[in-house]
Order: sequence, then C-alpha cells, then structure tokens
Amino acid sequence: MPLVIDDPVAQRFRVHRSAMTSPDIHRAEIDHIFAKSWLYVGHESEIPEPGDFVRRPVGGRPVFMVRGVKTGQVNVFHNTCTHRGALVCRQDAGNSKVFQCFYHAWTFDSEGQLKGVPDREAYGGGLNFEELGLRRVARVESYRGFVFASYDRDIVDLPTYLAGAKDYIDLVVDGCGGSVEIVRGTNQYSFGANWKLLVENSVDGYHAESTHDTYFKYLVSIGTDLRGGVSGRALDLGNGHAVIEYSSPWGRPVAKWEPLFGEEARVEIDRMRADLVARHGEHRAHTMAEVNRNLLIYPNLIINDIMAVTVRTFYPPAPDAVDVTAWALAPVDELPTLRQRRLDSFLTFLGPGGFATPDDVEALESCQQGFAGGGVEWNDISRGMGRPSMANDEEQMRAFWRRWQHQMGAVADLAGAR
Amino acid sequence: MTAAAVTVCRQEVEDFLYAEAALLDSWRLDDWLLMFDEDAKYEMPCNDAPDGDPATDLMLIDDDYTRLAARVARLNSRRAHREYPHSRTNHQVFNVRVDSLGDDVSVTASFTVWRFRAGRSSCYVGRYRYRLRKRDGGLLIVCKRAELDMTDLRDVGDVAVIL
Repeated sequence: MPLVIDDPVAQRFRVHRSAMTSPDIHRAEIDHIFAKSWLYVGHESEIPEPGDFVRRPVGGRPVFMVRGVKTGQVNVFHNTCTHRGALVCRQDAGNSKVFQCFYHAWTFDSEGQLKGVPDREAYGGGLNFEELGLRRVARVESYRGFVFASYDRDIVDLPTYLAGAKDYIDLVVDGCGGSVEIVRGTNQYSFGANWKLLVENSVDGYHAESTHDTYFKYLVSIGTDLRGGVSGRALDLGNGHAVIEYSSPWGRPVAKWEPLFGEEARVEIDRMRADLVARHGEHRAHTMAEVNRNLLIYPNLIINDIMAVTVRTFYPPAPDAVDVTAWALAPVDELPTLRQRRLDSFLTFLGPGGFATPDDVEALESCQQGFAGGGVEWNDISRGMGRPSMANDEEQMRAFWRRWQHQMGAVADLAGAR
Repeated sequence: MTAAAVTVCRQEVEDFLYAEAALLDSWRLDDWLLMFDEDAKYEMPCNDAPDGDPATDLMLIDDDYTRLAARVARLNSRRAHREYPHSRTNHQVFNVRVDSLGDDVSVTASFTVWRFRAGRSSCYVGRYRYRLRKRDGGLLIVCKRAELDMTDLRDVGDVAVIL
C-alpha cells in the first residue's frame, strides 16, 4: 500500500506517518527527490561582480556559486579539490579570482579551470589540467535571477520543470518592479521535525488564525483592519508546485498601506500602486499589490510574497530534523524609506525572532513528537476535496504529496517504510 | 537634558544589568519593560551580519518600543506557543565596559543565555551593546542590541526568548 492514499471518490486523502519518521524513507528521498529535482542554489543578485561567490550546501552537498571573471556567467561547482578532496571554497561569501586548496595548494580560477599545481614535474605522465578542473554540478539554470542546480544530468530544462510556478515568480518579480535582490542578512535555523511538515506549513492557510493569534492581536493593536479576512484559493501548478493566493489582511510594501507603515507612507504606496496599474493593468496590479502568494516550488523552495517577500529553502539531515535557510527579497534600488518599511514588516511575522515563525516551529516539532507515539498511523489532508479549493484548504499540499509519491514510486510503500 | 557629562560608575551599570537579568530570568517582563525609555529600541542582527543596520539589512529583531511592548504582551499570553510553557533561562552578564560618557552612557558586555525547555538545552553567546540614559537618579535603556557569536541558529532553533 502506498504511503499516500488519494481517494477522490471518498474525498479522502491520507499520508502515512512513516513518511515523516522512517530512516529508510529519508534515505530514499535523498536519492529519489533531492538527487533528481531542480534545487534552489541562490539568487544572481548575491554575486553581482566577477569573482563574487557564495558557498552553501544544496541538497545536503557542499557547492559554491561564483560569477566567472572571464565569462561573467554563474558557475556552480562541487566544493571539493579534484586532487584529494578538501574544500576549495572555505568562506561563506566573498570575492576571489582564484580558489586555492590549502592542503596541497592546487589552484583553480573562477571558471573552474585548474591553473596551478606545485611541483608538477613529479607527475611522470604529466597532468591533464583539462580533466582536473573543478567539477560543475550536472545542470545549472536560472529563472528571473533565481539560480537552480540539479545533480541529474537528464532532468528536463528548468522552465519545463517550473511549469505553472513560472507565472507566480513573474508576479513576485514584476510586482517588485522587474528586478529584485537578496537583502544582506540570513536566517539559518534548524528544528526537530520532518522537512515535509515545513512544506505543508509554508502553504497552510488553515493554521494562521489559530497558531498565529498573537500576531493578529499585534496587528489589531496597531490599528490594522482585519475585516477583509484571508479569503482566496489554492492552485496545483504542476510537477508538485503549488500556490495559495488570498486577500491580505496585513500591509504589503508593494503596495497596500497599513498603520504600521505610518501616515506619511500613504502617498508613496498609492503612487507605487498607480505605477503597477500603468504598467500591468488594473487586474494584474491588484494581484501584485493586494493579493498574498505562498508559493511552493517542489521540492524545497518557498517564495512567500506576504507582508514582505521571503525566500526559504531547506534540507533534511535526518527524518526528524530540518535545516532552514531564509532570506528577504526586495526590489533593486528600493528607496531607503521603502526598504526600511519592508524590513520592518518582514520582522513582525517572519524569522526566528518574529511573532509567528517560532510558533510554527513549535507546531511542527509538536507534530513530529506526536508521530513518535504511534497509535495513529495516518495524517488526514482531505480538507476541501470535492469543492473548488480555497486558500485554507489543503489542495496545495495534496499537489506536493502526489508528486512526492510519484517520484518515490514503489519505495514509498507501507511494506518497506519502517 | 543638560549638556553636562553624565558620570556613572561601572558598578552602577553592572547592578543595573544584573537587575535586568534577574527580571528576565523570573519572567517579570512587565517590570523589565519599565527599564526602557519610551523611544527605546531592542535589536538583534542576523548571525552572518553582526554589524547589521536595521535600515538596510535583514535583522532577527528590530523592535521599537511599541513592538517591544507587543513582544512582552505576546510572551505573557498563553498563545505564544513556542514559549508556553516558558523556558527556564539564565542570563549571565560579564566583561562589562562602560565605554563612553556623555548625555547617554554606552556600555558593552558579554552574555551567555542558557535556555532550558522540554528536556532540551540551548545556549546563546554574544555581546550586548547598550545605550543607557540617566533619569531621576536611575538608569533607563535607550537601546539594547544583542549581537550573536554563534555562526547560525542551527543549535538553538529560534530567538523566541528575550536575550
């Protein structure tokens, strides 16, 4: 029996909890999902100049992304010396024309070419410098500045993979004026829950009112009008991607005023909204300005365009652990007052010190602890089946789980998941 | 405010910081909030940008007095789920230096904050930067900034407690 039971007739959708607890399933996910998907590496704005680099794990493997000095292109390399393995990039970010392995001083340039080997005459047969360049990650492509890599040489191209999610990336980027950048400062935190619980939580409209009561109380206390509520829809975007889009009870830096922003901000925000209408028409401008988007790009990238824009990726070092890395995304050349307002808005809700994220972490750890007790074997994810999906339904999660079951195949079966 | 230099000795500052730590450890957050002036700020930069400026950089926390008061109200409620029930904490303050004297007092100190909850222990290590203001014979916090030395929050998960 598969771990994901999709029964449209009975309008019942269930996921077996071993999908969150089994070490065998976790190992299989690394091979079947993280080695076979397009994974987010970073944003081109993080490395604007030739030689700029960032290093980070992608799908649990150490890589680094560097803008080539010769080509100006974004290169993503496995972070390992081709000689005997040491890391060649040992800083999280910086600028360098060369990457030298400190162990035996083999030196590579920003395009990955091997440039220097001490005492090379000791290699009787000669060294093939061409073969010994840094190894590129099998596939690297970017969309609207978002750089993805895949360890699967045969994977479909990125636009095909992104399917319906492309339009939503466009909405985020075009809503920000067409050009965006990652803001300095990274949230790197971890907690004790299965990574798929964070997938669900990141696009879960149903939990907001109950889990985030203190956040809504804060909004009310500063004069925010919550009467508009959170109404909208959930969409399956294909290939496991999904989105919920819904009316915004809170303010949006582009472009919905709220008391947090201060009276003087009203004029600017009205002007930004008018700009969006002029460029994109009223309908699309409304979607950009007043509608929130929680976008899941399968398997592990979240772009939430809410009271600010956050980009969040994560990886499971174990079945019951997840490492999260998150950033703030903002328009390039944003006016300082607007940038400050955006960052302020971000912090009301988001991040490890925000008024909401810690309570999500508590909820997900609490679920994981609940699973450990056994007794109940299945999670129920049926909400909204049989009606056009609302933003507080669970269709977006079902889209993820269907793709997950498909990619895992026979491995994700009750017989083998223990 | 007078332009005359304010003189505060280190012992007075240390007593003030120890009193603050005691209020935090006993979860008397309403009393703790009274230690802040009404234009005060509470800041915490991201681990990878300890010099972070809230105007241009993403922070972990950037509270003005209104949001700080809301943070206290939240933590006092039973619906701040990450902190209900509350952690047990131990705020340790040391290496106190009163760096400059003027209208306000600038103070740096090292901190270790231990947090224990549900069988789990976490430890926050870093540096406090305070601006204190002399008022009615006592001190008030104008700005409290906690800069973390840990390279990330992987071991501690979040900063739902006040450091």
